[in-house]
Amino acid sequence: MSDFTIPKFRLPGFVAALGHKLPQWPHGLALVAGLNAALKMKLLPESELTALEDKLFRVQVLDTGGTAHFTYRDGLFRPVFRAEREPDLAFAANLSAYLQLLARQEDPDTLFFNRELEITGDTELGLLVKNMLDAVEWPKLPRLPLPSR
Amino acid sequence: MSSLPDLVCPAGSLPALKAAVDNGADAVYLGYKNDTNARNFAGLNFDAKTMSDGIRYAHSKGREVLMAINTFAQAGRVADWQKAVDGAVDQGVDAIILADVGLLDYARRRHPQQRLHLSVQGSATSYEAINFCQREFGIQRAVLPRVLTLAQVEHVIKNTTVEIEVFGFGSLCVMNEGRCWLSSYACGESPNTVGACSPAKYVKWDKQPGHMDTRLNGILIDRFGDDEPAGYPTLCKGRFEVQGETYYALEEPTSLNVLSILPEIIKIGVRAIKVEGRQRSPAYVTQVTRTLRAALDALAASGERYHVKPAWQAELAKVSEGSQATLGAYNRPWR
Ligand code: SF4
Repeated sequence: MSDFTIPKFRLPGFVAALGHKLPQWPHGLALVAGLNAALKMKLLPESELTALEDKLFRVQVLDTGGTAHFTYRDGLFRPVFRAEREPDLAFAANLSAYLQLLARQEDPDTLFFNRELEITGDTELGLLVKNMLDAVEWPKLPRLPLPSR
Repeated sequence: MSSLPDLVCPAGSLPALKAAVDNGADAVYLGYKNDTNARNFAGLNFDAKTMSDGIRYAHSKGREVLMAINTFAQAGRVADWQKAVDGAVDQGVDAIILADVGLLDYARRRHPQQRLHLSVQGSATSYEAINFCQREFGIQRAVLPRVLTLAQVEHVIKNTTVEIEVFGFGSLCVMNEGRCWLSSYACGESPNTVGACSPAKYVKWDKQPGHMDTRLNGILIDRFGDDEPAGYPTLCKGRFEVQGETYYALEEPTSLNVLSILPEIIKIGVRAIKVEGRQRSPAYVTQVTRTLRAALDALAASGERYHVKPAWQAELAKVSEGSQATLGAYNRPWR
């Protein structure tokens, strides 16, 4: 167990205001690149991926004001720059909640019960995505040097 | 003080299984990716490959693996359930958790050497029922439904040689486990038939300005203000209008938590403590397992001087449904 924990935080409102003015693609591309890297390493199960085909996903970071749309088609995740319909599945949360999820420090149900994570759209698809990501055995990350105190 | 009960933790995926083992579970329980188990959700559970990886991992650390085949065989498809039992035996699990009497009989005859546990879904609340299953099917452990008071649990233990397992933490499936059809009332599907209560395809979280609605197959079952904690979308935890008042008429969204009565649970001779939550993530399994492990170890070390640390309560409260905890039926005045 590492002793590094991500605290719950909320970025000040002006960051969100700023976020809305920035182009929406950089973090969207990063997200899609990350997912595709996981695909390439065969970390995501084939059987469940087929259920994602052509679905539109939206990830909204509330306190940065960032929104990314993406889809899964022909074996790759692809960014969607101009979403023309309501997403099939949408997540909304503050940045800290996403980081806690990615680090497997908090459980999505916990964040959901505490109203820190909002999930709307096709609930079954949401459950599938959640369970799919939970089942991934991420390769051990190299240890980050801890900041010296 | 009697010896410590086993800590039995949930595994919905391989990372969750490893989290349970690494954080001090004595046993993990898991199921196949199909309706032979009561947590049949998209993307959850084990196929043959991840199952054997998981069993190998647990056994290499000296922990047990219990396989839940705890739904009821559906008409015309009994062979599917029997195949699941055969598969579990082939995989070398330490015990199979069964609810269906026909399946218990099958397992007993076909695999007489296999250790069998009676599932909470079997809904045996009396020692007579448990002793019957011991006599007929040779069960070695029974998981008690969460409807008994502590005194009733003790009474059962005094009158049987079957090991008794009770729930120690997790979301409450309030009453009549193995007998609840509330979910079918709303969507035609229940844990006993399809392996899931309130299947996700019927659930809609509807965000409106100022509140969020929970709908099950179109039926409004709850409405949360923006600052109100939420719970699972099951009918038992819905808010209903009863005689002019709208409230949680059946059960509040809450989690069972027995930390404060752990010494009594051990004193009466409970053999294993179960944590609910195969549908949850490795993060939850880590948090709950390490907290209960710490509490059990503290109890072993300090005996009478055991007290619940605020940090444990805080950790468990955080992951609780509705962010609330209860002793459930264990200390209910009525029966
Ligand atoms: S409706 Fe509630 S009590 Fe009934 S099976 Fe579902 S969770 Fe359990």
